[in-house]
Amino acid sequence: MTQFSVTVNGQKWEDDIEARLLLVHFLRDNLVLQGTHVGCDTTSCGACTVLVDGLPVKSCTMFAVQTDGREITTVEGLKQNGELDPIQVGFKEEHGLQCGFCTPGMMLVSRALLDENPDPSEEEIRWALSGNLCRCTGYQNIVKAVQHAAEAMKPEPEPALSRRK
Amino acid sequence: MFPANFDYVAPTTVNEAVKLLAEHGEDAKVLAGGQSLIPLMKLRFAAPLLLIDINRIEGLDDITLDKAGTLRIGALVRNRALERSDLLKKKYPTMAAAAPLISDPIVRNQGTFVGSLCHADPQGDWGSVMLALGGEIVARSTKSTRRIPITKFFDGPFTSVLRPDELAVGATVVDPGPRSFGTYLKLERKVGDFATVGVAVFVSTERGVVRRAGIGLTGVGPGNIKATEAEQALVGARLSAKTITEAARLAAAASDPQTDVRGSADYKRDIVRVFVERGLTQSTSVKAA
Repeated sequence: MTQFSVTVNGQKWEDDIEARLLLVHFLRDNLVLQGTHVGCDTTSCGACTVLVDGLPVKSCTMFAVQTDGREITTVEGLKQNGELDPIQVGFKEEHGLQCGFCTPGMMLVSRALLDENPDPSEEEIRWALSGNLCRCTGYQNIVKAVQHAAEAMKPEPEPALSRRK
Repeated sequence: MFPANFDYVAPTTVNEAVKLLAEHGEDAKVLAGGQSLIPLMKLRFAAPLLLIDINRIEGLDDITLDKAGTLRIGALVRNRALERSDLLKKKYPTMAAAAPLISDPIVRNQGTFVGSLCHADPQGDWGSVMLALGGEIVARSTKSTRRIPITKFFDGPFTSVLRPDELAVGATVVDPGPRSFGTYLKLERKVGDFATVGVAVFVSTERGVVRRAGIGLTGVGPGNIKATEAEQALVGARLSAKTITEAARLAAAASDPQTDVRGSADYKRDIVRVFVERGLTQSTSVKAA
């Protein structure tokens, strides 16, 4: 057994776990954060993606002990202070999901993309999401959802200086 | 799926890591990005008794040029970093072209360049790139530091000449020279799949004459192939549609593909020809024949 501590969605956890425990099972079974889905379990589909120190990682392909001292964001951590994250709003408004199984991974990868590149082209969005499989949507509305979020996250333009009367 | 049980240790220095390797040898396995090792452990193709996680070691994640112009890539440099490296875009176009084609974006966030070479997957993309460019793996043990030329590094599928007590701390890539060009072309059924065919090309010229040439082939043989005869056909020649066509023909002849779900052997062999021609033509702006 290995002692480790990790911050998940802002909350610190300490646990004594088997080194072979995969991150996805730590999140789902130990912390009961079941928004992180096990899809293919073979590093192919991206459904289990979480953010480790802000970067997307397939949590079926990382041992939980590797995240000792690191910060994890799961889909449950996107909503802040009762407000949906713009990426969640985007998926809702643009119908970016059908069965929803791939959606947590899609949203977290999209969130990381927008953090790095707030104004991505359609090609950049498709490229960023190319490690995530969706078997329902044909991806079109997922791309629209990310564009919706990018638009919503754009800083408000400075109000034009009004001429003093 | 979950792996067989193992002990886990995360040393913070190279010295500690190689000491552990010296003690545990074949029973230990080094974990860097883990994007190949962890899937193998889950399938129980690999069941190390001790996992040595090197991710806590500082100073292994640098991409640097030394004074002699040799590129040095530390053992913890992720594919993500290579994909975003301006140095690679400027000076190592073959590597810059290959980096975004390695697996998928999420895997690239973790997977390392050196780890991929050590994994020695016969279908790996970086092996072909390194065979084209030339370079070394730097291997440390408690006793010595060894520099292994890439042409001697692979020892069959999933096997390298790295000894059980050695840690690959980095890789070096030969200075391509001031007038050099290159690219990596990859045909894949979908992002993340192994290459149906991958071709790395590289040429270094002096007054219009090719001084060095490198061609590496992926997915068309029992391992990465260095198309030596095709390279030799380019060296000393001026790049023209004719010399490129001949090099492409020789590279296709050097391939040894199998018919499988990704395509027939004939199809893959012809893609090698097309990719060598296209790669050399694109990267040297010679007009296609």
